[in-house]
Amino acid sequence: MTDQGSTGIPDPEGASDIIDTEFEIGQDNLEGNVGPFGFDIHNPVFLVSGLSVIAFVIYALLAPEQAGSFFGWLRPTLTSTFDWFFLSAANVFVIFCLVLIFSPWGSVRLGGKEASPDYSYIGWFAMLFAAGMGIGLMFFGVLEPVYHMAISEPLGVASPIAEDGSIIAENVDAAKKMGLAATIYHWGLHPWAIYAVVALALALFSFNKGLPLSIRSAFYPIFGERVWGWTGHVIDILAVFATLFGLATSLGLGAQQANAGLEYVYGVPNTVTVQVVLIIGITAVALISVLRGLDGGVKVLSEINMGIASLLLLFVLIAGPTAAIFSDFLSGLTAYATDLVALSNPVGREDDGYRQGWTAFYWAWWISWSPFVGMFIARVSRGRTVREFLTCVLIIPSLVCVLWMAVFGGVAIDQVLSDPLTSAVKANVIDAYRPELSLFAMLEGLPLAAITSTIGIVLVIVFFVTSSDSGSLVIDTITAGGKVDAPVPQRVFWCTFEGLVAIVLLIGGGLGSLQAMVISTGLPFTLVLLLMCWAIFKGLLTEER
Amino acid sequence: MYKKIIVPVDLAHAGKLAKALKTAADLARHYQVPVCYVGVTTETPGSVAHTPKEYAGKLESFAKEQGAANGIEASSHMVVAHDPSIDLDPALLKAIDDVGADLVVMASHVPNVADYLWPSNGGTVAGRSKASVFVVREG
Repeated sequence: MTDQGSTGIPDPEGASDIIDTEFEIGQDNLEGNVGPFGFDIHNPVFLVSGLSVIAFVIYALLAPEQAGSFFGWLRPTLTSTFDWFFLSAANVFVIFCLVLIFSPWGSVRLGGKEASPDYSYIGWFAMLFAAGMGIGLMFFGVLEPVYHMAISEPLGVASPIAEDGSIIAENVDAAKKMGLAATIYHWGLHPWAIYAVVALALALFSFNKGLPLSIRSAFYPIFGERVWGWTGHVIDILAVFATLFGLATSLGLGAQQANAGLEYVYGVPNTVTVQVVLIIGITAVALISVLRGLDGGVKVLSEINMGIASLLLLFVLIAGPTAAIFSDFLSGLTAYATDLVALSNPVGREDDGYRQGWTAFYWAWWISWSPFVGMFIARVSRGRTVREFLTCVLIIPSLVCVLWMAVFGGVAIDQVLSDPLTSAVKANVIDAYRPELSLFAMLEGLPLAAITSTIGIVLVIVFFVTSSDSGSLVIDTITAGGKVDAPVPQRVFWCTFEGLVAIVLLIGGGLGSLQAMVISTGLPFTLVLLLMCWAIFKGLLTEER
Repeated sequence: MYKKIIVPVDLAHAGKLAKALKTAADLARHYQVPVCYVGVTTETPGSVAHTPKEYAGKLESFAKEQGAANGIEASSHMVVAHDPSIDLDPALLKAIDDVGADLVVMASHVPNVADYLWPSNGGTVAGRSKASVFVVREG
């Protein structure tokens, strides 16, 4: 248990409460050289994670059908059996964060009382956004609002589109609002609360308590000195595993999406070769980014990305029905506020398709990504107060997502309803389910489609680069026992390894089943996150406010 | 001939720096100039210290020990880097300017094939700094 009475090493950065532990950072590390290259890795986390990733890839390649059917069964089974658990847990995280914002502990500063922020608001915000969900906005911004409006019927709100494709006028208003509200629910407070809990736990236990920047540190109040042994090794290995497979599978699936977009816009053939070239390209740019470091690479790319995304948003806003979009934004936000409680109610509902197929799936997905995104957010958030941190991680990204969904989804819904017979969005989302084309189908209905679709493809690719580089930094830090100054060849190794795993799975098959496996890790991680809330609370009690 | 000597030190591997530290001390006595020991750390806890301020304290005692043991005027200077694996060279170059040193004495490994990919810190500093640079080959 925590040594609450001890203030440990005096900390002149202002009062904070360093945890007095026997553990020294780097004590389990192996340092040496492989040929001319130096290394400094955690034993056994580095080797066990690396080898088990290879073992799983081989399994997925050798028995693709068995792996496919097992994980294809596992994921929907988990999300439909434990939907109440995912929904309840996510509600707990939101309430926990909101309570902390308004509690006296909100004034605790991450990094000690006199610490000052390392990054400006813009750089900080760009990084947490790009790592957190940039790519998802590109993929789901059009798809989800249209789908929830027309097909999934959240809370039983009926679809305005009849079987024969005609519009049922009396359903339109309610369905439009619900389409946006049901989407915002998946991209608003709940996912960001999930990230915020993990990030806050890591930042608190690293910057204020002096423990290594590694997932295991957040469990010190629960497991005590055991986190430095196998208990902690297992936690860190699981985190590396979820991060690496999460990145590799989305890299592979992302290459397929980018290829689909290139085919749709330019007629580039949709083949494995093109996709492998895309993965190599994305990995190469990510490699340059990690070699330029956190400030010179990752931050710069994130800011460029935010800039291009804002321009695209602005374009769609102006080129689309601007006034209608603003009223969609307001009515979507109002509907979100009104329906939030009903949408997050975990029991006694009949909209299984929406609640189990989408909400529980999303919650499991955000949670399985939370070690990676949370750790990255923690690393760039030193010097913020708990209140500032939670407000910025929770409220501002939520508002940006609302705006994004209102603009992209609003325009798409407008296209579907105003011209159901020729709408490309309707053809690719409602008539045939081709999610990877939904964004391009919406842009097709606006002027300058050739240019904006190209920008869309570039954005998809650059968002993957920013996930890949920040992910490589996170994996490198975890597998170096929390050291952020490990030799450079190590991050080159992880970045390349990630690309290789994606290529092997793309050629050999098994991307889908491994992604299902990653999402399945969301269930155990949900328990882990609930424990983290308690650990944060306990950790904050001993901090000076 | 020189005004101030700067010596980059890695407190986690101070044992490997014996030759560079001795060289710097000998030069300092010869030219009767002060030595500034510069260390680069991170905001995150590391193997040497939990916080930047704790690191600063350790660096300062290290400088005092060196000063007392060698009979030279010694000071310390800490630089905090977000991503020291990458930012070490610019951090050192800035430190040279900040402390106003005109001679750098730094340890470096014997070059190998990896230096074609990642040049040694000694090599980069020598290539970019206005100060004179004495690269000491350790072992």
